[in-house]
Amino acid sequence: MPSRRPSRRHVLGTLGACAVVSARPAAAQFRVEIAGVGATQVPIVVGDFRNESASGTAIAAIVRADLARSGLFRSSNSPEALDERSSIVAADWRARGVDAVVGGSVARLADGRFDVRYKLWDAVRGEELLGRSQIVVAADLRLAAHRVADEIYESLLGEPGVFATRIAYVLRSGPRHTLFVTDADGERPQVALASAEPIISPAWSPDGRELAYVSFESQKAVVWVQNLGSGARRQIANFRGSNSAPAWSPDGRELVVTLSTTGIAQLYVMPREGGSPRRLTSSSAIDTEATYSPDGRYVYFVSDRGGSPQIYRVAATGGSAERMTFTGSQNISPALSPDGRLMTYVTRQAGGAYKVALMDLAAGGGTRLLTESSDDESPSFAPNGRLIVYATRERGRDALMTTTLDGKIKTRLVSTGADMLEPAWGPFNR
Amino acid sequence: MKPGFSFCGAAFAAVVLLAGCASGVKLNEEVPVESRTPTPVTEGAGAAGGAGTASPGATSQSQVASVDLTAKGGAAAADGLARIVYFDFDSFVVNEAYRPVVEANARRLVSDKQRRMVVEGHTDERGSREYNLALGQKRAEAVARALELLGASANQVEAVSFGEERPAVQGSNEEAWAKNRRAELKDR
Repeated sequence: MPSRRPSRRHVLGTLGACAVVSARPAAAQFRVEIAGVGATQVPIVVGDFRNESASGTAIAAIVRADLARSGLFRSSNSPEALDERSSIVAADWRARGVDAVVGGSVARLADGRFDVRYKLWDAVRGEELLGRSQIVVAADLRLAAHRVADEIYESLLGEPGVFATRIAYVLRSGPRHTLFVTDADGERPQVALASAEPIISPAWSPDGRELAYVSFESQKAVVWVQNLGSGARRQIANFRGSNSAPAWSPDGRELVVTLSTTGIAQLYVMPREGGSPRRLTSSSAIDTEATYSPDGRYVYFVSDRGGSPQIYRVAATGGSAERMTFTGSQNISPALSPDGRLMTYVTRQAGGAYKVALMDLAAGGGTRLLTESSDDESPSFAPNGRLIVYATRERGRDALMTTTLDGKIKTRLVSTGADMLEPAWGPFNR
Repeated sequence: MKPGFSFCGAAFAAVVLLAGCASGVKLNEEVPVESRTPTPVTEGAGAAGGAGTASPGATSQSQVASVDLTAKGGAAAADGLARIVYFDFDSFVVNEAYRPVVEANARRLVSDKQRRMVVEGHTDERGSREYNLALGQKRAEAVARALELLGASANQVEAVSFGEERPAVQGSNEEAWAKNRRAELKDR
């Protein structure tokens, strides 16, 4: 990308802010909190899609907000009408400091579905980069907009976007516990499970169709799996004591769970439909919080076998465990990046603060802290490995945050009067 | 050891320590593993997606069906008899001070073999939810083992954990934390 002039970016940014179509309460969105110093942002114009108001969904505004939230784009509306058939004069856009232009349209088909079309032009090189069409039902128009943003992101940056993915989390408001599934922008939260008892540890199946979680609805911790489309649920672990911490194998056929049938938390492998557990760890200490490596070869977990809770790994077939963390009085809640090279986890600092940390497994275990907060929990990677979502505490409430891997760009999702807990970023599939 | 401890107290402490420590004493290898056949639960299972048409391609990939359990009326009623054992930070050893609580409940179980109890372990809010769930379980197991060693049978007592999920007291200070590190003995 060519060099960009700050003055132009400022003008465009102001223009974009004025032109945003607000279709929903703004409080429901992940908001950019801290923008990184020196971050390179691609200036892009995404014109309102022709006839999008007839669809009831502000398609272009969703695309602009997605791109801006990544921290890698500066997005704005077009001052004049644009669609996928517009003639683009690259020099004119370049003169306005714009690197890329998107125009599109929405058409209602005879069967009630919608055709969402758009083109992406490179204003620097003066060429068309993308021309796409999707046909979706009305309920998937937001999804269609997120897919447009993903395609633009990938075309311009060369790696997949995660705007069309989803995040599961638990909302706690007084005695009410609700498991939500939301679009990755924090919008359109949908209730998967509402309960008067706690729900923790949601875990996405690799195909994105099911959530495993721990529910206390029967006055003890039981592991359930729920199909998101149908709402059908099944208990996969309800043994004597506590059943918790589900983690899917990468092929989706098994889950590692924590059971306490021997009197102390140990790891077991369960078939995805439930059945007989196979013991994975045999220690006289707590073993819990399992997560598979993406290649399925290892299970990373937390154990206090060395005196304090630390992260270990064991071969998925069993055997002796290998300790992974050595600094910090506690290291808990591991999650691996999709390429298996990085591990995020929560580390307890000398003063008692719990912070999200990142370890480079490929480069011999170098670590760094990603947050300035002190009560971080439950980090997990976005499926493209570029962002981490986690829970933190702010002004007495639990809120959700995302951070880039350098810790520079953070976004926050807050709910007034309720705690947001246990985020889990879903896979690309949905 | 405190000055003036009785033989009884020392014996009790030893019993509880044995139960609490994960030593070579395999007290719990016999615990039956309950194998349940998974039964699909269908309450609240709604139709998938928007228009409800069966034609492929017209099915929404975004719709999430909601399941609502709140109408089922959650928590079991408290029986009015608070039977609570408190724990030190990061500890799962039943303190000598709570011997009367454990003994009284053990007597109730021994005198009525039909009686069933659940021991609920709880922790303070610090650390991860899953680790705290395991720590609460360890506390509950320590109390359950103490009950068994005082004559209760294993099938009368189930140890479960709520981890940090059901605090007795709200607050992020040592006073609140101390009240939340506990095991509650409840009738079933």
